[in-house]
Amino acid sequence: MGRTLAAKVWDAHVVHRGDDNPDTSSGGVAPDLLYIDLHLVHEVTSPQAFDGLRLAGRPVRRPDLTITTEDHNVPTVDIELPIADEVSRTQVETLRRNCAEFGVRLHSMGDVEQGIVHVVGPQLGLTQPGMTVVCGDSHTSTHGAFGALAFGIGTSEVEHVLATQTLPLRAFKTMSVVVHSRDGSLPAGVTSKDIILAVIARIGTGGGAGYVLEYRGNVIEQLSMEARMTICNMSIEAGARAGMIAPDATTFDYLAGRPHTPAGPQWDAAVAHWQSLHTDADAVFDADVHIDADTLTPFVTWGTNPGQGLPLSERVPDPEQITDEGERLAVHKALSYMDLQPGTPLRDIAVDAVFLGSCTNGRIEDLRAAAAVLAGRRVRDGVRMLVVPGSMRVRAQAEAEGLHEVFTAAGAQWRSAGCSMCLGMNPDQLAAGERCASTSNRNFEGRQGKGGRTHLVSPLVAAATAIRGTLSSPSDLT
Amino acid sequence: MQAFRRHTGVGVPLRRSDVDTDQIIPAVYLKRVTRTGFEDGLFAAWRAHEDFVLNHEAYCNGSVLVAGPDFGTGSSREHAVWALLDYGFRVVISPRFGEIFRGNAGKQGLLAAQCRRDDVELLWKLLESEPGTEVTVDLSEQTVQAKDLTFGFAIDGYTRWRLLEGLDDIALSLRHAEEIDAFEAQRPAWLPTTITQR
Repeated sequence: MGRTLAAKVWDAHVVHRGDDNPDTSSGGVAPDLLYIDLHLVHEVTSPQAFDGLRLAGRPVRRPDLTITTEDHNVPTVDIELPIADEVSRTQVETLRRNCAEFGVRLHSMGDVEQGIVHVVGPQLGLTQPGMTVVCGDSHTSTHGAFGALAFGIGTSEVEHVLATQTLPLRAFKTMSVVVHSRDGSLPAGVTSKDIILAVIARIGTGGGAGYVLEYRGNVIEQLSMEARMTICNMSIEAGARAGMIAPDATTFDYLAGRPHTPAGPQWDAAVAHWQSLHTDADAVFDADVHIDADTLTPFVTWGTNPGQGLPLSERVPDPEQITDEGERLAVHKALSYMDLQPGTPLRDIAVDAVFLGSCTNGRIEDLRAAAAVLAGRRVRDGVRMLVVPGSMRVRAQAEAEGLHEVFTAAGAQWRSAGCSMCLGMNPDQLAAGERCASTSNRNFEGRQGKGGRTHLVSPLVAAATAIRGTLSSPSDLT
Repeated sequence: MQAFRRHTGVGVPLRRSDVDTDQIIPAVYLKRVTRTGFEDGLFAAWRAHEDFVLNHEAYCNGSVLVAGPDFGTGSSREHAVWALLDYGFRVVISPRFGEIFRGNAGKQGLLAAQCRRDDVELLWKLLESEPGTEVTVDLSEQTVQAKDLTFGFAIDGYTRWRLLEGLDDIALSLRHAEEIDAFEAQRPAWLPTTITQR
């Protein structure tokens, strides 16, 4: 029987098979030990891991397969100044000390390669098809867009990878998520963000638990790498640790010529291997989901988890219409936190802030899409809009294209790179009670600031919402 | 890692589903560079409300948390596990866990016991009707017991074994150091390193 893409990558990285492990007193329950090709590190989930290495007297086994960047804590204004928040500054300085001590490459604030770890890896060409990629960050699933097996890990696992360049892993099940339309295109105003929000609403925040999701179908095949990364990025919000897309010509074109992609005969050897990285025709998935993209419309969330989303044309749901008691309670609590009344048209929800950025939608294509909507228009009075490029490279590219002028002319704030208001570890936060249309990935209670309320949207919806002041799509603009 | 065999402690009914790791510990508490002292961040936003379960005298010293499905979804922050442990929890019971959270729990000696939804409902009712009731969780038997209520729970065999033995994962993997060396020796030359640039 044929193998899935995920199985092929898995099998190529097994250092030690767990199942034929007679020497263990664990009774043969040990999982496979997998080799890790690339370890991305940032300041928040690494200090305790480096401490662990120090305590045990262990080196970083492969500093040459490790790269670090400052992203979660960094301010997005006045980046030439010391970080004002003392605790944030300590965390960033701790990363710098650890990288110097252990000999690991670091991109600090002010460096052109600094940015969100999941934007930096791909743009350097470090993320390549068929690799295993980990990071102490759940949105590591982003890198699956290249046909890599990429997933988030905890700090204990960060230490484990630093020390051994391997991880013991229990095998995943596989889920095929086919996104199909008549001709492979998406309806006007619909983006890959809307696809993934619709997938999560369909299968739920736990629906992908235990699975690697493989996104396939003619719509996926026509998506750019940026759009594919948006989809894979949010696999974790469906409970899946990883999402994957088979590499193809779009992938190879994106990679060609990047700083860390191979060249010459090595490029040819790599491409030959990459072309084998697809699910075989006779492979069987453990589960199948089918999304009819012709019926998709812009999607927004109304609740406090990413599965609580609906098409923008719908209304806030009524908990009294829900029969399942647990579900009714969850919806009731979400609406109470979000301060929303059942039956309210989603288009009538007014926002105080709009956030364009994050590892989900902070890439050049996202900025271009939003700028195209904002060009010649103004952000509505009383709404503040933050535009935060995913990396300093993205920022530089946007400035070369003049996008920053479109944003500033519209009244939006043009910032430096970082995670920013996606999780508000830096000063970019919502105040209590404020409501935000955000291109990020999580609408959890307080995610963007204590008491803040988040609606997840695409860059197009973010831009249109900024202009109208209520949740909107570009088609609502006159 | 501290071994886990059997634990008895006050059960805390957390009648919520989708308790994401941002709720378990908000991002603002993740800035520390130490591994201890995270108990003040545990459920920080919810604890500000007087009626939150941990603010009740009968539950505030609890060590067995009983939650709805999809506990620990979202962020990979191991701080969520540290905060629960630092507060005094040794066990979380839920019908389904976020995978990264469950993995992190297993590394740190916090038992993530996956139970049937009906059993969680029965345990909630018991803990709510008789606050302060103790719950005994036995890892070798894979059982949860409180008063007359007894039910089983699921956990993967490897995590169970490591918890029972209190084994350090890194030391286990380094037993395969020769195989790691051999694997590295045959990796294709075109794979990238973070050092060499074209």
